[in-house]
Amino acid sequence: MSIYRKDYIGLKDMSAEEILYIIETADTMKYVLNQPNKKAPHLQGKSVVILFYENRSRTKVSYELAGQYLSANVVNMNISEKNETPGFSDLLEMGKIIDQMGADFIVIRHPVSGSAKFLASNVSASVINAGDGINENPSQALLELMTIKERMGGFKRGLKVAFIGDITHSRYAKSNIWGFLKLGAHVSVAGPPTLIPEDLESFGVEVYSDPYKAVKNADVIMGARLLAEDRYSNELPSYNEYKNMFKIDKRMLSYAKDEVIVMHPGPINRGIEIDSDVIESPQCLVDDQISNGVALRMAMLYILSMRGGIMI
Amino acid sequence: MILIKNGIIINQNGDEKARDILVDEIILEIGENINPPKDTDCNIIDAKGGYVLPGFIDMNCEICDPGYENIEDLSTVTRSAAKGGFTSITSQPNTSPVVDNKTVVNYIISRALKLSMVNVHVYGQMTVGGEGTKIAEIGEMVTAGIAALSDGGKCVADAALLRNIMRYSSMFNIPLITTCEDPALAAKGVVNAGKVASAFGLRGIPREAEEIMVSRNIILSERTGCRIHISKVSTKGSVELVRAAKTKGVFVTCDTQPHYFTLTEDNVDGYNTLVKVKPPLRCWEDVDAIIEGLQDGTIDAISSGHTPTTIESKHREFDMASFGISSLETAFGVSYSALVTSGKMKLSQLIDKFNKYPAKILLLESKSGVEKGRDGDLVIFNPEEEHFITPPNFVSKAKFSPFGGMMVKGKLKCTIVGGEVVYMADCSV
Repeated sequence: MSIYRKDYIGLKDMSAEEILYIIETADTMKYVLNQPNKKAPHLQGKSVVILFYENRSRTKVSYELAGQYLSANVVNMNISEKNETPGFSDLLEMGKIIDQMGADFIVIRHPVSGSAKFLASNVSASVINAGDGINENPSQALLELMTIKERMGGFKRGLKVAFIGDITHSRYAKSNIWGFLKLGAHVSVAGPPTLIPEDLESFGVEVYSDPYKAVKNADVIMGARLLAEDRYSNELPSYNEYKNMFKIDKRMLSYAKDEVIVMHPGPINRGIEIDSDVIESPQCLVDDQISNGVALRMAMLYILSMRGGIMI
Repeated sequence: MILIKNGIIINQNGDEKARDILVDEIILEIGENINPPKDTDCNIIDAKGGYVLPGFIDMNCEICDPGYENIEDLSTVTRSAAKGGFTSITSQPNTSPVVDNKTVVNYIISRALKLSMVNVHVYGQMTVGGEGTKIAEIGEMVTAGIAALSDGGKCVADAALLRNIMRYSSMFNIPLITTCEDPALAAKGVVNAGKVASAFGLRGIPREAEEIMVSRNIILSERTGCRIHISKVSTKGSVELVRAAKTKGVFVTCDTQPHYFTLTEDNVDGYNTLVKVKPPLRCWEDVDAIIEGLQDGTIDAISSGHTPTTIESKHREFDMASFGISSLETAFGVSYSALVTSGKMKLSQLIDKFNKYPAKILLLESKSGVEKGRDGDLVIFNPEEEHFITPPNFVSKAKFSPFGGMMVKGKLKCTIVGGEVVYMADCSV
């Protein structure tokens, strides 16, 4: 089956086959990463522009290295959040300029939902969404899926995944939820009701306010990151209250399957979102995800450079 | 003076009769085989068996003039209205400067006399600057000639203030047009709170934001005994509240807009900013409830909700795109397709929503219906002719519409205001 793909906007519009195809391609990219000479010629002569309207150095470095390992020219554009107004109003303008300069890829992170899709429909370059507002962050979710697949040797039927935390503001959680639903997993979420998107049940997700119910018999527990405490306007009284009810600790893990794994996009609010005990335990896969991230982003760039691919 | 031959008139009982109509400033004569009067210049229009309808009255329209002439101005908005069959429009006060004093009212009225193709009835802002904190000089504006008081599409959140406005304005016998949206609940929302908001990571405006204010206004109206009009009803809950209030005998009226009974939040799919409107599009159950409300008379009127903006402000990220829709030219066609062609309503009932009830609410009785002695504002409508909605051909400066490309049955052939042809299909007047 051949697929056509210009942009990666979100997992919501990807099929299960396509998700698996990206992960498989990322597996081969890992081989490149394990060589002493990490340069592969896949994107020679191509250029990648990294356009970030929000700063998260980790993701940025990951995309940058992914491009460089594949021999692309990588340009980093930083639009600081402080002088946001001109940058904000000019996404269309900015996109067209970068497009005309001959960029082949634009990796964008922007604080407004739908901005990546908007950019993609207005430029000829391939657009990779590295996070838009409170919508999606596909690469982050794909790498979690990749890590789970590695750890479990595949996606078994009836995999049970529980998300704990702020789902509304977490694009990582949303991308993951769409991805897991596509792959046929059983998804449950738990968090303060004010931080769970409305009508989430209608997509086939089980919604709880009691995390112990959500994690029952779970194979995977994912922590969704909280915003800074002062950014909540009455949706959450305090971190203190949150941690007493929703902190992922050993006791909560005891409700899940014995071999349960805990994942989190990081950086973690230690002792609030996840207990330090759990973070240090081998069940917690926070660090394993990072090396996969580079391989996965290499795979995404590579597939887009061919505008899709052929699945076997 | 115009003589319309071979037109079909729908009378009060819904009976259809072929008649000739002689019209000037007012409708002079309705009858069979009328001959054009001698020694006067009389224009003869053959309606060819099309309906001759009373001119539509729009209760909710932004003219953007003065202040935002780049978006729309009196000349384009009234020509756009003429094309859409509206012979009377109202102007929301959210211009710059805001219509909150007699000077601006006088300005718009005199400018409308010069530029306007249709009747323009000016709404005065009920609070100073539209800020919702202090009562405006209502009496002065009434003297200057406003048709109604409005909040300019921005709900007056302060109940004590609204209560005072209601009681104070009752001495002028002037309609009160209110928007219902709790600003705290609507906050930064851009779409209906629910499935689509969750799927696309957009902030939602819950139905409660509207319904709480609808019930507040109903209660205030009941307690003070003052009439109140609720514009832009978009939810099932609001329809139910108004229905219950009317049953109880509260002096409340309401209107809705064509997009609230034809489109749903699903149209936002793919971040379609053309359907970014306020209040947001809801779900099918709300659409069905609104149609039901129109059928049983709970919803009195249909307004266009013409809120033009620039295409640049629509061609943006969804969160930052402006709210608004260009609908004067599509309102009747879309409503006719959705309600009459589909068999949910009779044409005469739909005309009541566009003419009789708006005239009643705005106290423009002389513009209601096609009868001898009423104002000479008429529309000729051919119910069989099909056409596509093509936004680039809009007269309005806002040349975009979520209905673009839609095929609608029924075409407005001619619009007459005060005995003058202001729009004729297939040739510009």
